[in-house]
Amino acid sequence: MDMMAGKFAANVTPLEEGMSLSDHPIRLEARDVCVHYGAKQALYDVSIDIPDRAVTAFIGPSGCGKSTFLRCINRMNDTIEGARVTGRIALDGEDVYDRSLDVVELRARVGMVFQKPNPFPKSIFENVAYGPKIHGMVRNKAEAEEVVVSSLKRAGLFEEVKDRLHEPGTGLSGGQQQRLCIARAIATRPEVLLMDEPCSALDPIATAIIEELIDELRENFTIVIVTHSMQQAARVSQKTAFFHLGKLIEEGDTANIFTNPAKKQTQDYIMGRIG
Amino acid sequence: MTISSSGPSTSAADEAKRARIRASLARRHLTERIFKGLGVAAVVTALALVGTLFWMVISKGYPAFTQANVALEVYFDPEIIDVDAAPVRAAGQSDADFRAQNLAWQRQVTLANWNAIVEQAVRDAAPAGFEIDARSALALVETGERHRLRDLFVANPALLGQRVPVEMLASANTDNWLKGTINRDLEDSRQQLSAQTRALADQLLENGTISFKFAWHIFTNVDSRSAPASAGLAGAFVGSLYMMLIVILLAVPIGVASAIYLEEFAPKNRWTDLIEVNINNLAAVPSIVFGLLGAAAFIQYFGLPRSAPIVGGLVLTLMTLPTIIIATRSSLRAVPPSLRQAALGLGASKTQMVFHHVLPVTLPGILTATIIGVAQALGETAPLLIIGMNAFVASIPATPFDQASALPAQIYLWQGNENRNFFEARTSAAIMVLLALMLALNAIAVLLRRRLERRG
Ligand SMILES: Nc1ncnc2c1ncn2[C@@H]1O[C@H](COP(=O)(O)OP(=O)(O)OP(=O)(O)O)[C@@H](O)[C@H]1O
Ligand SMILES: [Mg+2]
Repeated sequence: MDMMAGKFAANVTPLEEGMSLSDHPIRLEARDVCVHYGAKQALYDVSIDIPDRAVTAFIGPSGCGKSTFLRCINRMNDTIEGARVTGRIALDGEDVYDRSLDVVELRARVGMVFQKPNPFPKSIFENVAYGPKIHGMVRNKAEAEEVVVSSLKRAGLFEEVKDRLHEPGTGLSGGQQQRLCIARAIATRPEVLLMDEPCSALDPIATAIIEELIDELRENFTIVIVTHSMQQAARVSQKTAFFHLGKLIEEGDTANIFTNPAKKQTQDYIMGRIG
Repeated sequence: MTISSSGPSTSAADEAKRARIRASLARRHLTERIFKGLGVAAVVTALALVGTLFWMVISKGYPAFTQANVALEVYFDPEIIDVDAAPVRAAGQSDADFRAQNLAWQRQVTLANWNAIVEQAVRDAAPAGFEIDARSALALVETGERHRLRDLFVANPALLGQRVPVEMLASANTDNWLKGTINRDLEDSRQQLSAQTRALADQLLENGTISFKFAWHIFTNVDSRSAPASAGLAGAFVGSLYMMLIVILLAVPIGVASAIYLEEFAPKNRWTDLIEVNINNLAAVPSIVFGLLGAAAFIQYFGLPRSAPIVGGLVLTLMTLPTIIIATRSSLRAVPPSLRQAALGLGASKTQMVFHHVLPVTLPGILTATIIGVAQALGETAPLLIIGMNAFVASIPATPFDQASALPAQIYLWQGNENRNFFEARTSAAIMVLLALMLALNAIAVLLRRRLERRG
């Protein structure tokens, strides 16, 4: 345990002085969430609270259901044929699977960065401006430009693309596309941001920029991030949840999980013994 | 680890593996060469077939675009055109009165023996001393040309007693004889023209009175039975154009909208499965059945006129719909789900997702599907025969509700004309016009596609 504490403790971002996670109100509440893809069950009775204005990291081996759970939160599983979600997920106490809830509004409030970069086959500018445009957040070209530039800057992409804002976003490199998708997601200023491995294709410098962005966004927004990098989870998150084979094994303060995991599976995973 | 200075060391196992790869390489490359060869052979065969087809049609059809014209000097003989002076409007005469008087005069003009005028003009053109009887002389010129002389006279009564040069169409049989589309060695009894007419035609061609000119009337005239040399495609062309317009206006929006609804909005259940199966079945229904349906539904039930482009257009719309729906659906299905998720994930509604993101990338595919469907409809013949569009119609339809023919039906009619020698080339010419229309359609599609892709 001591060795582990030494490995990660220095990395853990503490919350503001004198605050503990329990001071953060609960923004998202999941209870007994199960997901089936056809006959195959992918998620088993997941219950977790996601704190407001904090970063929650989902870790776990490939195929354990992290993306699946993330997609439950903004109901992207609705778009997958054969996917069936049961259980309850509440955003600010409101059931997101309630019939009266407008899924379009939900997705405007809960933004998402997908695991695979999926820019629109339109210009870089249009990619970023699209969300603000359809939500009526910008009224003219100048306002749109302002949003586009600031979003691209915050995603650390502006310098690379400032001369070709009107070229197709699909012509960017994989990592650039990933940052474009991040810029696109933050341009609509979602209250909750779901990020599925946002740094998987990024070099250390770009990764640092995104982590800084996450830190900054945390002041105002709720962030859920899926990552395969223990270091990243330790660096950016305040809360960590460990998934394994479709089950939520353990969740808690990031500092706790990394220094003092309660379950042996968690410990093995963090130490690199399963994955 | 150290790197040996004597170059990379290779174990026996490595060597064996490489040998195996090399051995399989030869086979793999061979397979590739065979496949490429087959592909090239297929493409070459297809091109050769298309080339042969075009060559056959063009080589047969191009002579039809020039036709023998006879430059005659027409004498408007007052003895033959023995009519009253053209009425002049008297002071105080009412409009209706004058019109009635004028019509009576025109009828009188029509009754004049215009054949005698034509006959005289042919005799005048013949070399001095050439013996020719009246029938033979008249056979040289297309029968419809006497109406033109009458019209010239009605338009300008001052022509009476004057000699005027008039360029007339030679008759179809003269054209055959001069072009050699009829066997010139056949004995007299089997020739369409008398020996006198044939001899005269040859001599007039030699002295330049008869010459071959571009046959504009193929494009400007309507079909004609009594005067086959002046038969044209204008009526059928306009009929086809109307039908094409109806198909584009109806089948494209309905087809694309249905495809979008079925693919993007409709729930996937037994009903939509049933619809899907039926659309596929509909696409496989022979076109003649659509003709029967059209005759029963549109003509008998709704009472739309027979032989009208509106009925043809509706029938072709029904026929084209499944093609457009299926092709549009498959191009919608080819859009990666990640694009849809990107839009929905940002909070776009389904409609916004479809119209902002999915449709723009599928537009080229939809366009191609549409053009293929419309081109197919344009060339469709069987259903048109059933709804009576193969009727002989000697007028250009003013509206889609008027009687008309269509290009493929016209081709069918000409193909069956008894004057085979003349209409064989005409038929190919009509096919060329139809092909040109289709190529134009395709060219438009390619242009549109380019523009869309450049914008996207
Ligand atoms: N669209 C789908 N249809 C069927 N099964 C799916 C689908 N998406 C995911 N699954 C299955 O659900 C399980 C969880 O997948 P999920 O994508 O959530 O894993 P993950 O934890 O995100 O993995 P990774 O780290 O590799 O992204 C896997 O077994 C996967 O095969
Ligand atoms: Mg995943």
